[in-house]
Amino acid sequence: MTRIEVRGLTKRYGSETVVDDLSFAVEPGQVTGFLGPNGAGKSTTMKMITGLALPTRGSVTIGGRRYADLPVPLTEVGALLDAGAVDGHRKAYDHLLALAVSNGIPRRRVGEVLARTGLESVAGKRTGGFSLGMRQRLGIAATLLGDPRVLIFDEPVNGLDPEGIRWIRDFMRALAAEGRAVLVSSHLMSEMAQTADHLVVIGRGRLIADTSMDALVTGGGQGTVLVRTPDRAVFARRLVAAGAAVRESLESSLIVSGLSSAEIGALAATHGAVLSELTPQRASLEDAFMELTRDSVEYQEVAR
Amino acid sequence: MSFANTLHAEWIKLRSVRSTWYTLACLVVVGLGITALAASASGAGYPDLSPEDKAVWDPTSLSLRSYIVAQLVIGVLGILVVTSEFATGLMQTTLNATPRRSRLLAAKVALTTAVAVVVGEVLMVAAFTLGQLILAARDAPHASLGDPGVLPAVLGGGLYLAAIGLLAIGLGTILRSTAGALATLVGIVFIVPGFGGLFPDWLQKVLLFWPTQGGAAVLATVPDPDLPHPWLYLGGMSLGIVAVVAAGFVLFRRRDV
Repeated sequence: MTRIEVRGLTKRYGSETVVDDLSFAVEPGQVTGFLGPNGAGKSTTMKMITGLALPTRGSVTIGGRRYADLPVPLTEVGALLDAGAVDGHRKAYDHLLALAVSNGIPRRRVGEVLARTGLESVAGKRTGGFSLGMRQRLGIAATLLGDPRVLIFDEPVNGLDPEGIRWIRDFMRALAAEGRAVLVSSHLMSEMAQTADHLVVIGRGRLIADTSMDALVTGGGQGTVLVRTPDRAVFARRLVAAGAAVRESLESSLIVSGLSSAEIGALAATHGAVLSELTPQRASLEDAFMELTRDSVEYQEVAR
Repeated sequence: MSFANTLHAEWIKLRSVRSTWYTLACLVVVGLGITALAASASGAGYPDLSPEDKAVWDPTSLSLRSYIVAQLVIGVLGILVVTSEFATGLMQTTLNATPRRSRLLAAKVALTTAVAVVVGEVLMVAAFTLGQLILAARDAPHASLGDPGVLPAVLGGGLYLAAIGLLAIGLGTILRSTAGALATLVGIVFIVPGFGGLFPDWLQKVLLFWPTQGGAAVLATVPDPDLPHPWLYLGGMSLGIVAVVAAGFVLFRRRDV
Protein backbone atom coordinates (compact mmCIF):
# COMPACT_ATOMS: atom_id res chain seq x y z
CA MET A 1 0.00 0.00 0.00
CA THR A 2 1.51 3.28 -1.06
CA ARG A 3 0.98 6.28 1.17
CA ILE A 4 2.47 9.74 1.35
CA GLU A 5 4.07 10.59 4.64
CA VAL A 6 4.99 14.15 5.52
CA ARG A 7 7.11 14.58 8.64
CA GLY A 8 8.12 17.87 10.23
CA LEU A 9 8.16 19.58 6.84
CA THR A 10 9.43 23.14 6.95
CA LYS A 11 10.21 25.62 4.18
CA ARG A 12 11.74 29.01 4.68
CA TYR A 13 12.41 31.69 2.10
CA GLY A 14 14.76 34.09 3.84
CA SER A 15 13.10 35.02 7.10
CA GLU A 16 9.63 34.01 5.92
CA THR A 17 8.41 30.58 6.99
CA VAL A 18 6.01 29.34 4.32
CA VAL A 19 5.56 25.81 5.66
CA ASP A 20 6.05 25.27 9.36
CA ASP A 21 6.70 21.83 10.88
CA LEU A 22 3.91 20.12 8.95
CA SER A 23 3.16 16.42 9.49
CA PHE A 24 0.36 14.36 7.99
CA ALA A 25 -0.25 11.24 5.94
CA VAL A 26 -2.22 10.57 2.76
CA GLU A 27 -3.77 7.11 2.83
CA PRO A 28 -4.70 4.90 -0.13
CA GLY A 29 -8.32 4.34 -1.12
CA GLN A 30 -9.54 7.79 -0.19
CA VAL A 31 -9.49 11.37 -1.34
CA THR A 32 -7.56 13.54 1.08
CA GLY A 33 -8.51 17.18 0.80
CA PHE A 34 -5.66 19.60 1.42
CA LEU A 35 -7.36 22.75 2.48
CA GLY A 36 -6.27 26.21 3.45
CA PRO A 37 -6.74 29.85 2.55
CA ASN A 38 -4.70 31.29 -0.31
CA GLY A 39 -1.06 31.64 0.65
CA ALA A 40 -1.30 28.96 3.36
CA GLY A 41 1.57 26.96 1.85
CA LYS A 42 -0.38 24.26 0.00
CA SER A 43 1.43 24.58 -3.32
CA THR A 44 4.84 24.80 -1.65
CA THR A 45 4.05 21.63 0.30
CA MET A 46 3.04 19.84 -2.88
CA LYS A 47 6.23 20.98 -4.60
CA MET A 48 8.24 19.55 -1.74
CA ILE A 49 6.32 16.27 -1.95
CA THR A 50 7.30 15.90 -5.62
CA GLY A 51 10.85 17.12 -5.21
CA LEU A 52 10.48 20.43 -7.09
CA ALA A 53 11.36 22.39 -3.96
CA LEU A 54 13.82 21.33 -1.32
CA PRO A 55 12.58 21.35 2.31
CA THR A 56 14.49 23.51 4.76
CA ARG A 57 13.79 20.77 7.32
CA GLY A 58 11.77 17.60 7.57
CA SER A 59 11.05 14.90 5.04
CA VAL A 60 8.47 13.52 2.63
CA THR A 61 8.31 9.89 1.61
CA ILE A 62 6.10 8.13 -0.89
CA GLY A 63 5.84 4.42 -0.15
CA GLY A 64 8.86 4.89 2.10
CA ARG A 65 11.10 6.58 -0.48
CA ARG A 66 11.97 10.15 -1.35
CA TYR A 67 10.47 11.31 -4.65
CA ALA A 68 13.90 11.76 -6.25
CA ASP A 69 14.75 8.15 -5.37
CA LEU A 70 11.72 6.64 -7.12
CA PRO A 71 13.19 4.51 -9.91
CA VAL A 72 10.31 5.16 -12.33
CA PRO A 73 8.41 8.13 -10.85
CA LEU A 74 5.44 8.24 -13.21
CA THR A 75 4.51 4.64 -12.39
CA GLU A 76 4.27 5.51 -8.71
CA VAL A 77 3.11 9.12 -8.51
CA GLY A 78 1.05 11.23 -10.86
CA ALA A 79 1.23 14.92 -10.00
CA LEU A 80 -0.61 17.83 -11.58
CA LEU A 81 0.64 20.97 -9.90
CA ASP A 82 -0.09 23.46 -12.68
CA ALA A 83 -2.25 22.71 -15.70
CA GLY A 84 -0.47 25.52 -17.52
CA ALA A 85 2.86 23.70 -17.24
CA VAL A 86 2.91 22.66 -20.89
CA ASP A 87 4.52 24.20 -23.96
CA GLY A 88 1.60 25.51 -26.00
CA HIS A 89 3.57 25.03 -29.23
CA ARG A 90 3.56 21.27 -28.80
CA LYS A 91 0.76 18.92 -29.78
CA ALA A 92 -1.04 17.15 -26.93
CA TYR A 93 0.05 13.76 -28.23
CA ASP A 94 3.73 14.74 -28.43
CA HIS A 95 3.62 16.28 -24.94
CA LEU A 96 2.34 13.01 -23.49
CA LEU A 97 4.62 10.90 -25.67
CA ALA A 98 7.75 12.66 -24.41
CA LEU A 99 6.64 12.12 -20.81
CA ALA A 100 5.85 8.45 -21.44
CA VAL A 101 9.15 7.80 -23.22
CA SER A 102 11.12 9.51 -20.44
CA ASN A 103 9.82 6.84 -18.04
CA GLY A 104 9.98 3.92 -20.46
CA ILE A 105 6.18 3.70 -20.56
CA PRO A 106 4.85 2.03 -23.74
CA ARG A 107 3.55 4.34 -26.46
CA ARG A 108 0.04 2.80 -26.43
CA ARG A 109 -0.53 4.27 -22.96
CA VAL A 110 -0.65 7.73 -24.55
CA GLY A 111 -3.71 6.71 -26.55
CA GLU A 112 -5.28 5.10 -23.51
CA VAL A 113 -4.98 8.13 -21.24
CA LEU A 114 -6.18 10.43 -24.02
CA ALA A 115 -9.26 8.21 -24.28
CA ARG A 116 -9.84 8.12 -20.53
CA THR A 117 -9.77 11.91 -20.32
CA GLY A 118 -11.85 12.43 -23.45
CA LEU A 119 -9.11 14.18 -25.41
CA GLU A 120 -8.73 11.81 -28.38
CA SER A 121 -10.19 14.29 -30.84
CA VAL A 122 -7.67 17.00 -29.94
CA ALA A 123 -4.60 14.76 -29.60
CA GLY A 124 -3.08 16.24 -32.77
CA LYS A 125 -3.73 19.86 -31.81
CA ARG A 126 -1.20 22.22 -30.26
CA THR A 127 -2.06 22.80 -26.61
CA GLY A 128 -1.74 26.58 -26.83
CA GLY A 129 -5.30 26.73 -28.15
CA PHE A 130 -6.75 24.57 -25.39
CA SER A 131 -9.36 25.89 -22.97
CA LEU A 132 -8.54 25.74 -19.27
CA GLY A 133 -10.76 22.68 -18.89
CA MET A 134 -8.96 20.88 -21.71
CA ARG A 135 -5.60 21.76 -20.21
CA GLN A 136 -6.73 20.35 -16.86
CA ARG A 137 -7.72 17.15 -18.66
CA LEU A 138 -4.38 17.03 -20.43
CA GLY A 139 -2.61 17.46 -17.11
CA ILE A 140 -4.69 14.66 -15.62
CA ALA A 141 -3.97 12.47 -18.65
CA ALA A 142 -0.24 12.97 -17.96
CA THR A 143 -0.65 11.89 -14.34
CA LEU A 144 -2.30 8.64 -15.44
CA LEU A 145 0.39 7.60 -17.96
CA GLY A 146 2.20 5.29 -15.53
CA ASP A 147 -0.98 4.02 -13.81
CA PRO A 148 0.36 5.31 -10.46
CA ARG A 149 -0.90 4.38 -6.97
CA VAL A 150 -0.59 7.96 -5.74
CA LEU A 151 -2.12 11.05 -7.35
CA ILE A 152 -1.55 14.67 -6.41
CA PHE A 153 -3.61 17.57 -7.76
CA ASP A 154 -3.14 21.24 -6.91
CA GLU A 155 -6.39 23.22 -7.20
CA PRO A 156 -7.67 21.10 -10.10
CA VAL A 157 -11.08 22.78 -10.40
CA ASN A 158 -9.87 26.37 -10.25
CA GLY A 159 -11.50 28.35 -13.02
CA LEU A 160 -13.49 25.47 -14.45
CA ASP A 161 -17.13 25.62 -15.51
CA PRO A 162 -19.67 23.52 -13.54
CA GLU A 163 -19.49 20.68 -16.00
CA GLY A 164 -15.69 20.53 -15.74
CA ILE A 165 -15.86 20.69 -11.95
CA ARG A 166 -18.32 17.81 -11.89
CA TRP A 167 -16.12 15.77 -14.21
CA ILE A 168 -13.00 16.24 -12.12
CA ARG A 169 -14.86 15.58 -8.87
CA ASP A 170 -16.23 12.28 -10.19
CA PHE A 171 -12.80 11.43 -11.55
CA MET A 172 -11.13 11.89 -8.16
CA ARG A 173 -13.78 9.72 -6.52
CA ALA A 174 -13.25 7.02 -9.14
CA LEU A 175 -9.46 7.08 -8.67
CA ALA A 176 -9.83 6.67 -4.90
CA ALA A 177 -12.38 3.90 -5.39
CA GLU A 178 -9.70 2.07 -7.39
CA GLY A 179 -7.61 2.02 -4.21
CA ARG A 180 -5.29 4.92 -5.07
CA ALA A 181 -4.17 7.58 -2.63
CA VAL A 182 -5.46 10.93 -3.90
CA LEU A 183 -4.33 14.28 -2.51
CA VAL A 184 -6.30 17.30 -3.75
CA SER A 185 -5.74 20.86 -2.65
CA SER A 186 -8.34 23.60 -2.58
CA HIS A 187 -9.07 26.85 -0.84
CA LEU A 188 -12.82 26.17 -1.02
CA MET A 189 -14.37 24.07 1.70
CA SER A 190 -17.55 23.61 -0.33
CA GLU A 191 -15.48 21.91 -3.02
CA MET A 192 -13.89 19.54 -0.53
CA ALA A 193 -17.25 18.71 0.99
CA GLN A 194 -18.23 17.08 -2.29
CA THR A 195 -15.00 15.18 -2.87
CA ALA A 196 -12.90 14.44 0.17
CA ASP A 197 -13.07 11.64 2.74
CA HIS A 198 -10.34 13.07 4.85
CA LEU A 199 -9.18 16.62 5.41
CA VAL A 200 -5.82 18.16 6.15
CA VAL A 201 -6.30 21.84 6.92
CA ILE A 202 -3.40 24.26 7.07
CA GLY A 203 -3.10 27.99 7.67
CA ARG A 204 0.05 30.09 7.52
CA GLY A 205 2.02 26.92 6.89
CA ARG A 206 0.91 25.18 10.07
CA LEU A 207 -1.33 22.17 10.54
CA ILE A 208 -4.75 23.22 11.84
CA ALA A 209 -6.69 20.00 11.50
CA ASP A 210 -6.09 16.45 10.31
CA THR A 211 -9.49 14.83 10.50
CA SER A 212 -12.08 12.76 8.73
CA MET A 213 -14.82 14.75 7.05
CA ASP A 214 -17.52 13.36 9.39
CA ALA A 215 -15.58 14.24 12.52
CA LEU A 216 -15.12 17.80 11.33
CA VAL A 217 -18.83 18.33 10.75
CA THR A 218 -20.02 16.86 14.04
CA GLY A 219 -17.11 17.85 16.25
CA GLY A 220 -15.81 21.09 14.94
CA GLY A 221 -19.11 22.85 14.44
CA GLN A 222 -20.43 22.80 18.03
CA GLY A 223 -23.79 21.26 17.14
CA THR A 224 -26.77 23.09 18.52
CA VAL A 225 -30.41 22.05 18.63
CA LEU A 226 -33.38 24.21 17.79
CA VAL A 227 -36.32 23.59 20.12
CA ARG A 228 -39.85 24.98 19.83
CA THR A 229 -42.33 24.54 22.61
CA PRO A 230 -45.48 26.35 23.84
CA ASP A 231 -44.26 26.69 27.45
CA ARG A 232 -40.92 28.08 26.56
CA ALA A 233 -39.81 29.64 29.85
CA VAL A 234 -40.51 26.54 31.89
CA PHE A 235 -38.73 24.18 29.53
CA ALA A 236 -35.78 26.52 29.24
CA ARG A 237 -35.29 26.30 33.02
CA ARG A 238 -35.45 22.52 32.86
CA LEU A 239 -32.82 22.51 30.09
CA VAL A 240 -30.49 24.73 32.06
CA ALA A 241 -30.99 22.52 35.11
CA ALA A 242 -29.92 19.55 32.93
CA GLY A 243 -26.69 21.32 32.08
CA ALA A 244 -27.45 22.90 28.73
CA ALA A 245 -26.79 26.44 27.58
CA VAL A 246 -29.95 28.02 26.21
CA ARG A 247 -30.62 31.19 24.35
CA GLU A 248 -33.81 32.52 22.88
CA SER A 249 -34.13 32.80 19.18
CA LEU A 250 -36.58 33.96 16.56
CA GLU A 251 -40.29 33.10 16.67
CA SER A 252 -40.19 31.89 20.25
CA SER A 253 -37.71 29.12 19.63
CA LEU A 254 -34.74 28.08 21.76
CA ILE A 255 -31.21 27.33 20.62
CA VAL A 256 -29.77 24.69 22.91
CA SER A 257 -26.16 23.65 23.11
CA GLY A 258 -24.55 21.08 25.39
CA LEU A 259 -27.29 18.48 24.95
CA SER A 260 -28.02 16.26 21.99
CA SER A 261 -31.47 16.25 20.39
CA ALA A 262 -32.06 12.74 21.83
CA GLU A 263 -31.29 13.97 25.33
CA ILE A 264 -33.59 16.96 24.91
CA GLY A 265 -36.37 14.68 23.64
CA ALA A 266 -35.97 12.41 26.65
CA LEU A 267 -36.02 15.41 28.98
CA ALA A 268 -39.26 16.64 27.41
CA ALA A 269 -40.84 13.18 27.79
CA THR A 270 -39.84 13.01 31.47
CA HIS A 271 -41.45 16.36 32.24
CA GLY A 272 -44.41 15.95 29.91
CA ALA A 273 -43.44 19.03 27.89
CA VAL A 274 -44.93 19.41 24.43
CA LEU A 275 -42.40 20.03 21.66
CA SER A 276 -43.52 21.38 18.33
CA GLU A 277 -40.02 21.25 16.84
CA LEU A 278 -36.73 19.56 17.68
CA THR A 279 -34.08 20.11 15.01
CA PRO A 280 -30.34 19.44 15.27
CA GLN A 281 -28.48 22.35 13.64
CA ARG A 282 -25.57 20.97 11.69
CA ALA A 283 -22.86 23.49 11.40
CA SER A 284 -22.07 23.90 7.73
CA LEU A 285 -18.64 22.80 6.56
CA GLU A 286 -18.03 26.34 5.50
CA ASP A 287 -18.65 27.51 9.07
CA ALA A 288 -16.36 24.84 10.43
CA PHE A 289 -13.62 25.85 8.02
CA MET A 290 -13.95 29.55 8.78
CA GLU A 291 -13.83 28.70 12.46
CA LEU A 292 -10.66 26.68 11.97
CA THR A 293 -8.79 29.13 9.83
CA ARG A 294 -9.99 32.37 11.37
CA ASP A 295 -6.63 33.09 12.95
CA SER A 296 -4.54 32.12 9.98
CA VAL A 297 -5.99 33.96 7.02
CA GLU A 298 -3.11 35.77 5.44
CA TYR A 299 -4.77 39.14 4.95
CA GLN A 300 -7.43 39.53 7.56
CA GLU A 301 -10.00 42.25 7.49
CA VAL A 302 -9.15 44.91 10.00
CA ALA A 303 -11.45 44.58 12.99
CA ARG A 304 -13.80 47.47 13.31
CA MET B 1 14.51 4.20 -16.68
CA SER B 2 17.82 5.11 -18.23
CA PHE B 3 19.74 7.96 -19.79
CA ALA B 4 18.60 6.66 -23.19
CA ASN B 5 14.95 7.18 -22.15
CA THR B 6 15.67 10.73 -21.06
CA LEU B 7 17.61 11.47 -24.25
CA HIS B 8 14.83 10.02 -26.42
CA ALA B 9 12.21 12.11 -24.58
CA GLU B 10 14.28 15.26 -25.09
CA TRP B 11 14.55 14.47 -28.79
CA ILE B 12 10.76 14.14 -29.03
CA LYS B 13 10.39 17.50 -27.33
CA LEU B 14 12.95 19.15 -29.61
CA ARG B 15 11.48 17.83 -32.85
CA SER B 16 7.86 18.47 -31.89
CA VAL B 17 8.00 22.26 -31.75
CA ARG B 18 8.08 24.24 -34.95
CA SER B 19 10.53 26.78 -33.57
CA THR B 20 13.28 24.15 -33.82
CA TRP B 21 12.72 23.78 -37.54
CA TYR B 22 12.24 27.51 -38.13
CA THR B 23 15.52 28.17 -36.34
CA LEU B 24 17.34 25.58 -38.45
CA ALA B 25 15.80 26.93 -41.66
CA CYS B 26 16.84 30.43 -40.64
CA LEU B 27 20.36 29.14 -40.00
CA VAL B 28 20.66 27.72 -43.51
CA VAL B 29 19.12 30.73 -45.27
CA VAL B 30 21.05 33.37 -43.35
CA GLY B 31 24.28 31.37 -43.25
CA LEU B 32 24.37 30.62 -46.96
CA GLY B 33 22.94 34.02 -47.86
CA ILE B 34 25.80 35.82 -46.18
CA THR B 35 28.32 33.50 -47.81
CA ALA B 36 26.77 34.14 -51.23
CA LEU B 37 26.85 37.91 -50.82
CA ALA B 38 30.36 38.02 -49.34
CA ALA B 39 31.86 35.66 -51.93
CA SER B 40 30.14 37.47 -54.76
CA ALA B 41 31.34 40.91 -53.70
CA SER B 42 34.89 39.81 -52.83
CA GLY B 43 35.19 37.72 -55.99
CA ALA B 44 34.17 40.66 -58.14
CA GLY B 45 36.68 42.92 -56.38
CA TYR B 46 39.61 40.48 -56.62
CA PRO B 47 41.21 41.95 -59.79
CA ASP B 48 41.45 45.37 -58.11
CA LEU B 49 43.28 44.08 -55.00
CA SER B 50 46.84 45.18 -54.30
CA PRO B 51 49.58 42.51 -54.66
CA GLU B 52 49.91 42.33 -50.86
CA ASP B 53 46.20 41.69 -50.45
CA LYS B 54 46.33 39.09 -53.19
CA ALA B 55 49.14 37.34 -51.31
CA VAL B 56 46.92 36.77 -48.24
CA TRP B 57 43.80 35.93 -50.26
CA ASP B 58 42.08 33.10 -48.33
CA PRO B 59 39.00 31.87 -50.23
CA THR B 60 38.21 29.28 -47.52
CA SER B 61 38.02 31.79 -44.70
CA LEU B 62 36.01 34.10 -46.93
CA SER B 63 33.33 31.49 -47.62
CA LEU B 64 33.04 30.54 -43.93
CA ARG B 65 32.57 34.12 -42.73
CA SER B 66 28.85 33.41 -42.18
CA TYR B 67 29.78 31.77 -38.86
CA ILE B 68 29.49 35.24 -37.32
CA VAL B 69 25.71 35.22 -37.67
CA ALA B 70 25.26 31.46 -37.62
CA GLN B 71 26.60 31.28 -34.06
CA LEU B 72 23.77 33.50 -32.86
CA VAL B 73 21.14 31.30 -34.46
CA ILE B 74 22.67 28.16 -32.98
CA GLY B 75 22.85 30.04 -29.69
CA VAL B 76 19.11 30.71 -29.80
CA LEU B 77 18.48 27.02 -30.36
CA GLY B 78 20.63 26.05 -27.37
CA ILE B 79 19.11 28.70 -25.10
CA LEU B 80 15.53 27.70 -25.95
CA VAL B 81 16.12 24.03 -25.10
CA VAL B 82 16.26 25.11 -21.46
CA THR B 83 14.57 28.50 -21.16
CA SER B 84 11.41 27.56 -23.08
CA GLU B 85 10.70 25.06 -20.31
CA PHE B 86 11.15 27.68 -17.62
CA ALA B 87 9.06 30.23 -19.53
CA THR B 88 6.09 27.89 -19.98
CA GLY B 89 6.40 26.12 -16.63
CA LEU B 90 6.90 22.83 -18.45
CA MET B 91 10.04 22.33 -16.35
CA GLN B 92 7.82 21.32 -13.41
CA THR B 93 6.17 18.59 -15.44
CA THR B 94 9.52 17.48 -16.86
CA LEU B 95 11.15 17.28 -13.43
CA ASN B 96 8.21 15.38 -11.97
CA ALA B 97 8.78 12.79 -14.69
CA THR B 98 12.58 12.91 -14.40
CA PRO B 99 13.52 14.08 -10.91
CA ARG B 100 17.22 13.28 -11.45
CA ARG B 101 18.18 16.72 -12.52
CA SER B 102 21.75 16.01 -13.57
CA ARG B 103 20.53 13.29 -15.88
CA LEU B 104 17.95 15.59 -17.40
CA LEU B 105 20.40 18.42 -18.01
CA ALA B 106 23.02 15.99 -19.30
CA ALA B 107 20.49 14.71 -21.84
CA LYS B 108 19.70 18.26 -22.94
CA VAL B 109 23.40 19.10 -23.24
CA ALA B 110 24.18 15.92 -25.17
CA LEU B 111 21.28 16.34 -27.56
CA THR B 112 21.87 20.03 -28.22
CA THR B 113 25.57 19.52 -28.75
CA ALA B 114 24.94 16.63 -31.13
CA VAL B 115 22.45 18.66 -33.14
CA ALA B 116 24.79 21.67 -33.15
CA VAL B 117 27.75 19.57 -34.35
CA VAL B 118 25.74 18.06 -37.22
CA VAL B 119 24.11 21.33 -38.20
CA GLY B 120 27.34 23.30 -37.78
CA GLU B 121 29.35 20.89 -39.94
CA VAL B 122 26.65 20.69 -42.61
CA LEU B 123 26.40 24.47 -42.74
CA MET B 124 30.17 24.96 -42.94
CA VAL B 125 30.59 22.38 -45.72
CA ALA B 126 27.64 23.88 -47.61
CA ALA B 127 28.94 27.42 -47.14
CA PHE B 128 32.40 26.39 -48.31
CA THR B 129 31.03 24.65 -51.40
CA LEU B 130 28.71 27.52 -52.31
CA GLY B 131 31.39 30.14 -51.66
CA GLN B 132 33.96 28.39 -53.88
CA LEU B 133 31.39 27.95 -56.68
CA ILE B 134 30.68 31.68 -56.63
CA LEU B 135 34.37 32.63 -56.49
CA ALA B 136 35.03 30.31 -59.42
CA ALA B 137 32.21 31.88 -61.36
CA ARG B 138 33.82 35.30 -60.72
CA ASP B 139 37.20 33.95 -61.93
CA ALA B 140 38.76 34.60 -58.52
CA PRO B 141 41.19 32.05 -57.03
CA HIS B 142 39.27 29.43 -55.08
CA ALA B 143 39.96 26.37 -52.95
CA SER B 144 38.85 22.75 -52.83
CA LEU B 145 38.40 20.53 -49.78
CA GLY B 146 41.58 18.61 -50.64
CA ASP B 147 43.83 21.70 -50.52
CA PRO B 148 46.22 22.04 -47.56
CA GLY B 149 44.52 23.36 -44.41
CA VAL B 150 41.04 23.53 -45.95
CA LEU B 151 39.42 20.49 -44.36
CA PRO B 152 40.58 21.39 -40.81
CA ALA B 153 39.26 24.93 -41.31
CA VAL B 154 35.83 23.73 -42.49
CA LEU B 155 35.50 21.06 -39.78
CA GLY B 156 36.91 23.40 -37.13
CA GLY B 157 34.25 25.96 -38.06
CA GLY B 158 31.55 23.38 -37.39
CA LEU B 159 33.09 22.51 -34.02
CA TYR B 160 33.26 26.19 -33.15
CA LEU B 161 29.51 26.52 -33.79
CA ALA B 162 28.79 23.44 -31.66
CA ALA B 163 30.82 24.96 -28.81
CA ILE B 164 28.74 28.13 -28.99
CA GLY B 165 25.58 25.95 -28.82
CA LEU B 166 26.99 24.41 -25.63
CA LEU B 167 27.76 27.85 -24.20
CA ALA B 168 24.17 28.89 -24.97
CA ILE B 169 22.64 25.97 -23.08
CA GLY B 170 24.87 26.77 -20.10
CA LEU B 171 23.77 30.41 -20.12
CA GLY B 172 20.12 29.39 -20.50
CA THR B 173 20.37 27.10 -17.47
CA ILE B 174 22.03 29.73 -15.31
CA LEU B 175 19.82 32.67 -16.30
CA ARG B 176 16.54 30.74 -16.93
CA SER B 177 15.28 33.52 -19.18
CA THR B 178 15.47 33.63 -22.97
CA ALA B 179 16.07 37.36 -23.19
CA GLY B 180 18.69 37.40 -20.45
CA ALA B 181 20.60 34.48 -21.88
CA LEU B 182 20.49 35.85 -25.43
CA ALA B 183 21.66 39.30 -24.32
CA THR B 184 24.53 37.69 -22.42
CA LEU B 185 25.47 35.58 -25.42
CA VAL B 186 25.52 38.64 -27.68
CA GLY B 187 27.64 40.42 -25.08
CA ILE B 188 30.12 37.58 -24.93
CA VAL B 189 30.33 36.99 -28.66
CA PHE B 190 30.23 40.54 -30.01
CA ILE B 191 30.62 43.19 -27.34
CA VAL B 192 33.47 42.04 -25.11
CA PRO B 193 35.85 41.38 -28.05
CA GLY B 194 35.21 44.98 -29.18
CA PHE B 195 36.74 46.24 -25.94
CA GLY B 196 39.75 43.97 -26.30
CA GLY B 197 42.05 46.81 -27.33
CA LEU B 198 41.36 48.68 -24.07
CA PHE B 199 42.54 45.85 -21.85
CA PRO B 200 46.03 45.26 -20.45
CA ASP B 201 48.36 42.98 -22.39
CA TRP B 202 47.93 39.83 -20.31
CA LEU B 203 44.14 40.12 -20.57
CA GLN B 204 44.37 40.57 -24.32
CA LYS B 205 46.26 37.27 -24.51
CA VAL B 206 43.47 35.58 -22.53
CA LEU B 207 40.93 37.23 -24.79
CA LEU B 208 42.44 35.47 -27.78
CA PHE B 209 40.64 32.41 -26.42
CA TRP B 210 37.38 34.33 -26.09
CA PRO B 211 34.57 33.20 -28.44
CA THR B 212 34.88 34.92 -31.87
CA GLN B 213 38.12 36.69 -30.93
CA GLY B 214 40.37 33.85 -32.08
CA GLY B 215 37.67 32.40 -34.32
CA ALA B 216 39.45 33.74 -37.37
CA ALA B 217 42.33 31.40 -36.51
CA VAL B 218 40.15 28.33 -36.87
CA LEU B 219 38.73 29.34 -40.23
CA ALA B 220 42.00 30.42 -41.84
CA THR B 221 44.08 28.16 -44.02
CA VAL B 222 47.04 30.56 -43.71
CA PRO B 223 47.94 30.76 -40.00
CA ASP B 224 48.15 34.24 -38.47
CA PRO B 225 51.19 34.37 -36.12
CA ASP B 226 49.31 36.70 -33.74
CA LEU B 227 46.49 34.20 -33.16
CA PRO B 228 46.69 30.93 -31.19
CA HIS B 229 46.90 27.66 -33.10
CA PRO B 230 43.35 26.70 -34.18
CA TRP B 231 43.14 23.60 -31.99
CA LEU B 232 44.69 25.45 -29.06
CA TYR B 233 42.06 28.15 -29.56
CA LEU B 234 39.16 25.68 -29.72
CA GLY B 235 40.51 23.83 -26.68
CA GLY B 236 40.99 26.97 -24.59
CA MET B 237 37.58 28.35 -25.47
CA SER B 238 35.97 24.98 -24.74
CA LEU B 239 37.51 24.93 -21.26
CA GLY B 240 35.82 28.22 -20.46
CA ILE B 241 32.53 26.96 -21.86
CA VAL B 242 32.77 23.74 -19.83
CA ALA B 243 33.15 25.90 -16.71
CA VAL B 244 29.94 27.79 -17.60
CA VAL B 245 28.06 24.54 -18.19
CA ALA B 246 29.39 23.10 -14.92
CA ALA B 247 28.07 26.16 -13.07
CA GLY B 248 24.74 25.50 -14.80
CA PHE B 249 24.67 21.93 -13.47
CA VAL B 250 25.39 23.06 -9.91
CA LEU B 251 22.64 25.70 -9.97
CA PHE B 252 20.13 23.46 -11.74
CA ARG B 253 20.53 20.78 -9.08
CA ARG B 254 20.20 23.19 -6.22
CA ARG B 255 17.41 25.57 -7.18
CA ASP B 256 13.71 25.14 -6.52
CA VAL B 257 11.56 25.06 -9.65
